[in-house]
Amino acid sequence: MLDLSTSIAGVKLKNPTILSSGIFGTSSELIKRAFENNAGAATIKSIGPVPREGNNNPSVIDFGHGLLNAVGLPSPGYKNMDMEFNELSKIKEPVIWSIYGSRIEDYVEITENIIKYNPKIIELNISCPNKENGMLFSQDKECAADVTKAVKNAANDVVIIPKLSPNVANIAEIAYACEKAGADAINAINTVQGMVINIDAKKPVLHYKKGGMSGPAIRPVAVRCVYDIYEKVSIPIIGTGGIMNGRDAIEMIQAGASAVGIGSAVYYCGIGVFGSIVNEIKEWMQENNYNSIKEFIGIAHK
Amino acid sequence: MEKEIQKKLTIKQIIDENYKTKTFLFNENIDIKPGQFIMLWLPSIDEKPFSLSYKNPAAVTVELKGNFTKELFKLKQGDNLFYRGPFGNGFTAYSKKAIVIAGGMGLAGVSLLVESLKDPIVIFGAKQKKDLFFTERFKMDICTDDNSIGYKGFATERLKEILKQEKYDIIYTCGPEIMMKTVFDIAEKYKIKCEASLERFMRCGIGVCGSCACRDKLVCKDGPVFSSDDLREMKDFGRYAMLKNGRKTSLQEYHKWRS
Repeated sequence: MLDLSTSIAGVKLKNPTILSSGIFGTSSELIKRAFENNAGAATIKSIGPVPREGNNNPSVIDFGHGLLNAVGLPSPGYKNMDMEFNELSKIKEPVIWSIYGSRIEDYVEITENIIKYNPKIIELNISCPNKENGMLFSQDKECAADVTKAVKNAANDVVIIPKLSPNVANIAEIAYACEKAGADAINAINTVQGMVINIDAKKPVLHYKKGGMSGPAIRPVAVRCVYDIYEKVSIPIIGTGGIMNGRDAIEMIQAGASAVGIGSAVYYCGIGVFGSIVNEIKEWMQENNYNSIKEFIGIAHK
Repeated sequence: MEKEIQKKLTIKQIIDENYKTKTFLFNENIDIKPGQFIMLWLPSIDEKPFSLSYKNPAAVTVELKGNFTKELFKLKQGDNLFYRGPFGNGFTAYSKKAIVIAGGMGLAGVSLLVESLKDPIVIFGAKQKKDLFFTERFKMDICTDDNSIGYKGFATERLKEILKQEKYDIIYTCGPEIMMKTVFDIAEKYKIKCEASLERFMRCGIGVCGSCACRDKLVCKDGPVFSSDDLREMKDFGRYAMLKNGRKTSLQEYHKWRS
């Protein structure tokens, strides 16, 4: 009997696919739709401390090898989301609650206010341009550790997962600092900074000018990051970045991921992508005589 | 992939349709199905979804409303703008007896559909006489809220009258959501198929960001045209929509922000 299940710090997933944050997870109904389409877990659109409209359009664009986005963290603000939180808390499958802030206090405040809805997992979005000075919390190991520690203290025994940026010199060091600060797992990677210019308009294609790249173009970057982090930490890793099919997911697992984030693939392959990835992993496991995902997590390191 | 790269459009001609509505005709053709939309980009301003009101060459018919349309209205013949698309699912064009019911600017959204149907009944509801457009282009049953011209009363009342007299196979609708909800309820009562083109605040246009969610449907990707089977399940249809920051609110508050 093939075992497709995996676990992230004690939270069991029926399969290793996870809907990534910011991909259509704006409502409890859409999160349910991800589960109906066989996602192992689903992450909600990051919750912010105050209402925020985000950037003007264009904010998401297909540049030919991936997506480039600068949506700008729109959020109703946690104080206006009780109805949504109530609905999310009724979902039996593992929902990952993503949060962001511009100060450490924002993360703590949001955490204190959402723990009454019993989230199983809180993901710390410390890898979008959300600091007051335009920097990312995850670009500095002390900052990343401080946020992780503060939220961990406020969240009792909820699983805390910082999501890291690849736009750093040494992502493994930052992951290690988060682990020491109490992180239960690491999600890597968020988008890769980039820019595309429309030469006829003579302007960057995004209204915000700069953005984050996702999709097929960044997969090797993500695999390298997960590989490096796996060497340095002992907590589980969610490998995210450019996974389009079962083979890509297996590659990420072999690099050291216990589960995989699925984002842009929803655009390229439709919402059925979770099911097709799971089927392709299953076939590969059969052909290669594996009975469980655990048997090949990080196997490329041996 | 090709359709994702923003392409240039050059304005060939601008037609004044009424005191607040213009048609921008471009030099280019766009291969689009009735009900699909394009994302029109004014660099450094914004990018918004529009349906085409003409196809070869492509044109959009636009009402002066907010910042984007204010900037669009400043453009002159020969100026450039950009688009990506077409996106979304269009109307299903049945070769059957059809009624098209449009409210206000919704008429621009069903123009290509009307042209693709064989002798449809077209009902056009507007607030007042001066808001009308395309009156030469299409043979229409015109209804005005203030009774300044045409049928006295709402377009949906005219729809009921027509249905009482004769049987139709399908009703297509595009316009204010309150009107479309009433149209859908009437269609259900008469057991007639209905297709409605919904509007929500959109960002990506490609089913990724979730800004245009209506219940568990994405208006940009699953719609913008929805059939009776979808509409029956979409409990937010005619009730709720999301603001730019993602907060779900009543349709009234949403429209207040949009107007």
